[in-house]
Amino acid sequence: MAAPDSALTVPLWRAAHGRTGDKGNRSNISVIAWHPALYPLIVEQIDEAAIARRFAHRRPSAVVRHLLPNLHAMNVVLDDVLDGGVNDALNLDSHGKALSFLLLELPLRVPLSLAPLLRGPESIL
Amino acid sequence: MPISSLILRVGCAAGFSGDRTDAAPPVVDALVAAGGPAVLIFETLAERTLALAHLAKRHDPSTGYEPLLEPMLAPVLAKCLRHGVRIVSNFGAANPRGAALRIRALALAQGLAPPRIAVIAGDDVSGPAHRAALHERLGAALDARPIVSANAYLGAEPIAQALKAGAQIVVGGRIADPSLTVGPALAHFGWAADAWDRIGRATMAGHLLECGTQVSGGYYADPGLKDVPGMAHLGYPIAEIDEQGDCTITKPAGSGGRVDEHTVKEQLLYEVHDPAAYLTPDVVADIGAAQVEPVGDDRVRLTGVRGHPRTGTLKVNVCFESGWLAEGEISYAGARAEARARLAADVLRERLRGVGALRADLIGVASVFGDDAGHWLAGVPAGDARDVRLRVALRHAERAAAEQLAREVTALYCCGPAGGGGVRTALRPTLGTLSCLLPREQVPTHVEMFD
Repeated sequence: MAAPDSALTVPLWRAAHGRTGDKGNRSNISVIAWHPALYPLIVEQIDEAAIARRFAHRRPSAVVRHLLPNLHAMNVVLDDVLDGGVNDALNLDSHGKALSFLLLELPLRVPLSLAPLLRGPESIL
Repeated sequence: MPISSLILRVGCAAGFSGDRTDAAPPVVDALVAAGGPAVLIFETLAERTLALAHLAKRHDPSTGYEPLLEPMLAPVLAKCLRHGVRIVSNFGAANPRGAALRIRALALAQGLAPPRIAVIAGDDVSGPAHRAALHERLGAALDARPIVSANAYLGAEPIAQALKAGAQIVVGGRIADPSLTVGPALAHFGWAADAWDRIGRATMAGHLLECGTQVSGGYYADPGLKDVPGMAHLGYPIAEIDEQGDCTITKPAGSGGRVDEHTVKEQLLYEVHDPAAYLTPDVVADIGAAQVEPVGDDRVRLTGVRGHPRTGTLKVNVCFESGWLAEGEISYAGARAEARARLAADVLRERLRGVGALRADLIGVASVFGDDAGHWLAGVPAGDARDVRLRVALRHAERAAAEQLAREVTALYCCGPAGGGGVRTALRPTLGTLSCLLPREQVPTHVEMFD
């Protein structure tokens, strides 16, 4: 683990991108590293517990990560987080289309040596 | 054999009902310019779309197919028929035969010879023949509800059968989205029924195509982070599929959008759960070892997909009438706008207590990430937002009860906090869905040719 002064904490969207899909009351969110060298950090830090905490208000009954090392990506599957899904939810966004942006705000600790690989407008947490 | 026929090109000109209707011409132009065997697909069905089509057909038996069928197809029908670009779609929805008749009439109106149209039937399992089987699986949940539709997801085989029989246009109802691509690949390459790896690869090619521009720059842009050029004129995708089923995704030259490894990865994982087991009527596709690799400008190759034997069942969705959704909105702006909107929400909660669980959103403060029970909103500290739209919603089985929400929101004009404006209310009948699996042999399909 890097010493505190040799790393910075950024929102996950600087290291990865993703998209939400829905089927019934289940949401899946892809998390795709912008660069292969960032992928191990994501696997280490964006674990099921961190994701479950982020979505606690939606009361997931299960949170599962599927790792896809060839794609430098993981697929997060959240059960029962859509208030019944597109037919039943009262949410304006009954599909949960926006939820990737909730996940991509999780903090990620990145060693300074990898900071040049981060994308997007500079933003640290 | 000329090199070009070793590649089958499949272009997709619609990813859902309501997609852009000017999508097809650039795709067809690109397919024709490339030469070689080519197919144009339109994917226009979702669970809700199909149920709505059944409701439309109830009112008028000649309808029930994709309402935008004509604007989608009219600009390219003649060119496709002239150049041998076959058309495959599930835009038949609740009435594939009706869609076929409409297409035939469209061709005649354009002075074309009547095309050979194949209609795929068998997906509708709402009739008495399947009632016992559905009841066995869904039980009492089925009895209590007014059924709108029950459709099985059909696979690629009837499409392949229709194309081999010479169909120029194949019209189906609830055909699984990726099967629209697998069917033409089966017919073109003549794969064995158990060529699971190849079928799995073609399935993922179809998966990449099935949402239209979602693989070519649509639904991707995030300014400053994920920029996409030419979004007002996105190019719809084309898959170049080889004999092994591997594919290269691209888009028409000169069109807007982008195809790169990132746009392709986002769509590859879209609506996937276990990446090693993506279930379709045709195969269990496995992208656990898939590779995505840029091979040129706006060209990305997908390899490494595997396939496992298909399951013995087909998924069935049963849609039923589930009651009413009532929504209302009112805006507050200027000093203390958020406080006034929060007060209005409190007033509505009290006025509608006993009618049903009320969801309240403060648009401009917190309205989307939150849950229906309000845990999220309760955790958002009161702030000083100066442009807030209150939105409330509830469901009820009875129309009269749901109507109370509209009256209470409207009453805020006089009885609510100061300066509320722009009331809008809506009341809509809602549909629910139940799903189950039926053994394949209980869902016979057949292909009917219209010459």
